[in-house]
Amino acid sequence: MAMTMTEKILARSAGKESVEPGELVMAKLDFCFGNDVTAPVAVDEFEKAGFKQVFDRERVLLIPDHWTPNKDIKSAGLVKQMREFSKKHDLTHWYDVGRVGVEHAFLPEQGLVGPGDVVLGADSHTCTYGALGAFATGAGSTDLAGAMATGEAWFRVPESHRFDFEGTLGPYVTGKDIVLFTIGQIGVDGALYKAMEFTGSAIRGLSMDARFTICNMAIEAGGKSGIIAPDEVTKAYVKDRLEREAWYCESDPDASYEKTYSWKAEEIPLMVSKPHLPSNTQVAAELNDIGLDQAVIGSCTNGRIEDLRQAADILRGRKVHKDVRCIVIPATQAIWKQAMDEGLFEVFLEAEAAVSAPTCGPCLGGHMGVLAKGERAIATTNRNFVGRMGDPESEVYLAGPYVAAASAVAGHVATPEQIGAPAAPGGKGRS
Amino acid sequence: MTALRGKAWTFGRDIDTDLIIAARYLNMATAAELAPHVMEDADPTFAGKVKPGDMIVAQENFGCGSSREHAPMALKGAGVSLVIAKSFARIFYRNSFNMGLPILVAPEAVDGIKEGDELQVDLNSGEIEDLTSGKKYQAQPLPEFMQELVAAGGLLPYLKKHAAAK
Repeated sequence: MAMTMTEKILARSAGKESVEPGELVMAKLDFCFGNDVTAPVAVDEFEKAGFKQVFDRERVLLIPDHWTPNKDIKSAGLVKQMREFSKKHDLTHWYDVGRVGVEHAFLPEQGLVGPGDVVLGADSHTCTYGALGAFATGAGSTDLAGAMATGEAWFRVPESHRFDFEGTLGPYVTGKDIVLFTIGQIGVDGALYKAMEFTGSAIRGLSMDARFTICNMAIEAGGKSGIIAPDEVTKAYVKDRLEREAWYCESDPDASYEKTYSWKAEEIPLMVSKPHLPSNTQVAAELNDIGLDQAVIGSCTNGRIEDLRQAADILRGRKVHKDVRCIVIPATQAIWKQAMDEGLFEVFLEAEAAVSAPTCGPCLGGHMGVLAKGERAIATTNRNFVGRMGDPESEVYLAGPYVAAASAVAGHVATPEQIGAPAAPGGKGRS
Repeated sequence: MTALRGKAWTFGRDIDTDLIIAARYLNMATAAELAPHVMEDADPTFAGKVKPGDMIVAQENFGCGSSREHAPMALKGAGVSLVIAKSFARIFYRNSFNMGLPILVAPEAVDGIKEGDELQVDLNSGEIEDLTSGKKYQAQPLPEFMQELVAAGGLLPYLKKHAAAK
């Protein structure tokens, strides 16, 4: 029977020859984890239910990234609870400040998740790992508690929606623009409960970093998962990272999709999502009247090395506008070091941007850049809900690193071209 | 399960988890701490006026966004006995069952019920009665697996039973 790659991965993990959309399966998990928001509740539930041990000490991770370095006493208590649980159960993986990074950049980087895996994370952006050709989905704390104890979780096999992008992306157009464009087209529940499979030559031409950005935001269209077929780019990324054997698969040519969307890559403009939903998109070049107080470049969506290089490409030789605070947050320690070694920090500091230790921080209004009433930020993060970055009367505009950096320089939403950057990245001529 | 009774509080579509419980309160981890802040950014007066047993009636995609179980936890902590919506975001749907906040999908009821109406709901049959207007609605039946989860008393007891049966 023809299957999508999502169906193949779920069938394999459930020990079945094949599965169909709508079917409920009990899947064996390759990895499960929670963060400092969700894991403490999971630990409480785990202990309350009377479970004595985790199913596999190598496949359970409690990762403190949202409030760390601890923003206040309560947060410090939550992280302490995670640290103690990890020690008590002798978990192989425990990463504290100085080693830890933003989970969805950190787990693939460290090879904790890989192609063919079934991953349950108590964080909605767990769908990021679909970029590796895995089935990865977010769940809550009780689901995590059950997963930690049994190594299994039930899933309804999702219908797959296919998003096909053929052609060549325009200058400065990134994975972020692709995913914001997609969400703008289908809405915040346009793929509710569905597996979103991204295909086409434009997707195959993207780096892993850009693919992570796309799958990261599947949840913002209501998706259960995002997924991209692994190829040589994936294999090169996984090599020397993943300790386990990777399992590669792709969708059968005659697999069935509930919906298929096809767009030409050339038609995707630089995108921005306006408050207060990711689906509220508009072409970036049309929003010059939107003044800004802050620009945030980082997060599980866009805190990887390619994102930092893109921001630096714009900020090199320019200054952040005097009325704007620009905060750059490399997502992991390894990315931090690489950015430093490549001289990107020199660029950021010369531009008068601040560079922070890895943290989810401002993305969810936690710390390191909380907004006051009436303030407005442009951010490379993933959500612009009411109050997301601070006061309920503050506003967040979502964009990719090029647009966020150009906007930080302009003091209002702007594209690289509008601030006088070359017609294409890296000073290449008009294409 | 006995019939639920309470007043309806109506909300629009795409009520996200930050509206249900803002991220700035996620350094708290108990229902008692979270409840005073429930729905704060959607309606700052909500926590002060909701009474035990009251129900939320919302349009499409209720609970979209984050995986925070703090969202159903805060609603339950504030005394909300049931959420009726045209549709739910999937992680919220899962979390609600897992932690014992009943939810029903009933588009016609959502269109018919007005803010402040007194509702009576039989969770077993899925019948929703609007005592104020006298109208009755039928919610979509729970999938069989969800019924098993509810019968077992939530996800963790279900998993324990499942593991013991192996």
